Amino acid sequence: MTDLTRLTAAETAAKIASGETSAVEVAKAHLDRIAAIDEKVHAFLHVDTEGALAAARAVDGKRAKGEKLGPLAGVPLALKDIFTTEGVPTTVGSKILEGWIPPYDATLTRKLKDAGIVILGKTNMDEFAMGSSTENSAYGPTGNPWDLTRIPGGSGGGSSAALASFQAPLAIGTDTGGSIRQPAAVTGTVGVKPTYGAVSRYGMVAFSSSLDQGGPCARTVLDAALLHEAIAGHDPLDSTSIDAPVPPVVEAARSGDVRGLRVGVVKEFAGEGYQAGVMERFNDSVEMLRELGAEVVEVSCPSFTYALAAYYLIAPSECSSNLARFDGLRYGLRTGDDGTRSAEEVTSLTREAGFGPEVKRRIMLGTYALSSGYYDAYYGSAQKVRTLITRDFERAFGEVDVLVSPTTPTTAFPIGERADDPMAMYLADLCTIPANLAGNAAMSLPCGLAPEDGLPVGLQIIAPALADDRLYRVGAAVEAAFTARWGHPLLEEAPTL
Amino acid sequence: MTVTEDLVSYEDALAAFDPVMGLEVHVELGTKTKMFCGCSTELGAPPNSQTCPTCLGLPGSLPVVNAVGVESAVKIGLALNCEIAEWCRFARKNYFYPDMPKNFQTSQYDEPIAFNGYLDVDVEGETFRVEIERAHMEEDTGKSTHVGGATGRIHGAQHSLLDYNRAGIPLIEIVTKPIVGAGAKAPEVAKAYVAELRELIKALGVSEARMEMGQMRCDVNLSLRPIGREKFGTRSETKNVNSLRSVERAVRFEIQRHAAVLGGGGTIVQETRHFHEEDGSTTSGRIKEEAEDYRYFPEPDLVPVAPAREWVEELRATLPELPRVRRQRLQAEWGISDHEMQSVLNAGAIDPIVATIDAGAPADQARKWWMGELARRANESGTELSALPITAAQVARVCALVAEGTLNDKLARQVIEAVLLGEGDPDQVVEQRGLAIVSDDSALGAAVDEAIAANPGVADKIRDGKVAAAGALVGAVMKATRGQADAARARELILERLGVQG
Repeated sequence: MTDLTRLTAAETAAKIASGETSAVEVAKAHLDRIAAIDEKVHAFLHVDTEGALAAARAVDGKRAKGEKLGPLAGVPLALKDIFTTEGVPTTVGSKILEGWIPPYDATLTRKLKDAGIVILGKTNMDEFAMGSSTENSAYGPTGNPWDLTRIPGGSGGGSSAALASFQAPLAIGTDTGGSIRQPAAVTGTVGVKPTYGAVSRYGMVAFSSSLDQGGPCARTVLDAALLHEAIAGHDPLDSTSIDAPVPPVVEAARSGDVRGLRVGVVKEFAGEGYQAGVMERFNDSVEMLRELGAEVVEVSCPSFTYALAAYYLIAPSECSSNLARFDGLRYGLRTGDDGTRSAEEVTSLTREAGFGPEVKRRIMLGTYALSSGYYDAYYGSAQKVRTLITRDFERAFGEVDVLVSPTTPTTAFPIGERADDPMAMYLADLCTIPANLAGNAAMSLPCGLAPEDGLPVGLQIIAPALADDRLYRVGAAVEAAFTARWGHPLLEEAPTL
Repeated sequence: MTVTEDLVSYEDALAAFDPVMGLEVHVELGTKTKMFCGCSTELGAPPNSQTCPTCLGLPGSLPVVNAVGVESAVKIGLALNCEIAEWCRFARKNYFYPDMPKNFQTSQYDEPIAFNGYLDVDVEGETFRVEIERAHMEEDTGKSTHVGGATGRIHGAQHSLLDYNRAGIPLIEIVTKPIVGAGAKAPEVAKAYVAELRELIKALGVSEARMEMGQMRCDVNLSLRPIGREKFGTRSETKNVNSLRSVERAVRFEIQRHAAVLGGGGTIVQETRHFHEEDGSTTSGRIKEEAEDYRYFPEPDLVPVAPAREWVEELRATLPELPRVRRQRLQAEWGISDHEMQSVLNAGAIDPIVATIDAGAPADQARKWWMGELARRANESGTELSALPITAAQVARVCALVAEGTLNDKLARQVIEAVLLGEGDPDQVVEQRGLAIVSDDSALGAAVDEAIAANPGVADKIRDGKVAAAGALVGAVMKATRGQADAARARELILERLGVQG
């Protein structure tokens, strides 16, 4: 009998549509898998067994009545715990929202439900999406299915680990500085940060509003494209949402033809700090693209050197304001309200108890950067760098169709290794941050294992804003070629849990 | 809190100092929905019944700009002779307060939608130009009710109740440039400015601007400088001065207080002050040791607002005649003095009078009834003139009945009373109450005969040629007919009966 948890989303949907299996059977197989192994992985913060089964039954009911099913109907999904889910806890990995049950669905949550996608539960993440290892979750770290003593990336480590451990064929992440792509890279999965504004942010708890972007996570490029299509589109509830048709991502993922495509290798993404095995796999990928008929050139984006610095001013600035609402008065944690203290004191105690160290660090950084007298030097300068980075991209995309780089300079590092060294942690997002600052689309997909540690390496593809389909076209080509070379998908090589 | 303040007399204060004012007026727009979400703005709903994830600031919620709010802001800007920004953004004003759900207010900072304008106001026949610095869009906060403290403020309260129905209601904040040169008229100028602004807002139809309902709120900034000096003094900021009279009183009080402090060799601290309606005084609120740092930055959740020039011009073309221009036109048409026009304005009678004229009444008659009998009755019942249960058409009909001789003034007052009591239209009332003037000679003749018979002495005087004494008999006839007699005809009949030439 087929192990339903090893199928791709596209295969699963096809089997449900043909009646070969039912959505309920698929959901149960995944819920069983979660029950069996998630104690070890800790990908989920909350498993919604009842909700998942009810959604699966609804899909089976529709099919029984002969109603048309969507392309992902009945496929299970792991939802990052940053999207609101009506009646289901949403913590954002923080103590400050422990026990909060949102009264409304995020637009993305509603779109998933409308598509008949079965939400299994909510996945672990760095608190408020601040981090690159999921160690900043208030609810404990998640293990990387390739090596449970290592990090699954972050902030969306729960989603990437759920995919890599076959607890779900689809997942949702959010990417502010790399939180979809870096976890995908270190777990051998596929993750896409769509163009800023492609996926509604309504109901996605804000970290840094001008950078945050929800996106699809999957084990194959086609699955990611199918999910991309299901969640993207204009939302009148999000003013920054793009009012334009969704690019033809599924069509691109099915074509996978890169002949004549101009590919730029970003010169600045190499050198000190890049693991040898990562560069080796990256160079393989570039060679592979050449073999597939792409024209590869080197391009320079000099302002990228300042991207990390600009990011760590803009993101904390916005977060210092976005997180001000967590004051213990209306929802979530409330500490010290013993009848003797003022509202101000209770707010202060609540924030002291409810936020973890990294969140506090960023609130303080941002508060400082926005302060009168410092604003121009910090927030103002960072915005200028942002403009320069956007111009670097524009110049580069005048010469090439897509850019490529390693997704992250190293493979998965051991849990605890960088926990006390914020700067080392921040370097994990060195290659991913520029696309957030400019609002471009970017993907990470597996390009092999680093020889020195046998851990997955990610290839990053960056496309201009609104040209998300190019990611899928290139991604599908690379995926097909590598799978043919390896004889199987990369995840087959992961240890069995 | 300072309990008593030393004051110097207003005259002494003005002899030594020159007042400089700055007025910040918040106007709640009358849009159907809030500034950034679809919740109703209706007043009087149960607490927290008009809220949603966005105006409650729930995690994940996002704002969307109310297009009508932007349109109203542009209209206000145009009416205040402002430039309208071609491109502007919202900004976040960051500070913690329990009635502000996000702990930041979505406002505008260095890119207001309208800027550099002016509003002319009339004070005692003189025109004073108040320059406008800016008008910007923002959202209102929720409403806190602090329970258990002595002051009704958050400090000392046992607990506080929060109603977020008001949170997110669109506000336009209109800020003047420093108002200099008003001298002793400063309190009147401040009052006239706020009054003119209120008329303007109402004429634009963007808000009812009812100050008693908090739809228009005023902060008064005031400083004094020694006469002849250029540099401004340190200002105080008196918050929530919420009636026209209070604006005037607050300015006057602060002038006297500042003068006392400065005259005594003291210095004014920059601080927020609370205004007290009971006695017109202000007391110290919080001292601003350093300017509060709101850490403004552009609101990343909203896209910039870029009003197209064609659209702005379309709006400009649809602006109604502005109140001051209209008043000037009406005053000329009606041929009345500045003082009389001011009384009409103060009574809130302009619109009713215009409507009555439009319904066919002569201007002087329309004005006479609204400013006389109706103003008196509105005053008695404590209602607005426009809220009286009588229509302009009904008043016009009364005027017509007087003009055609069916009613005299006394009867007309009775008709108006009956209309106000809900007895129907003027014609119905005349019919039902039998109020028409009696000029029919047979009916009147009997009354005249009776009056002559009852007052033989007066009759003799008239026969002796003292025609003026006829007035007493007319009075008796009027009394007997309960005012319904045609007085002129009664006099003719009396003289006729007594054989005297009139």
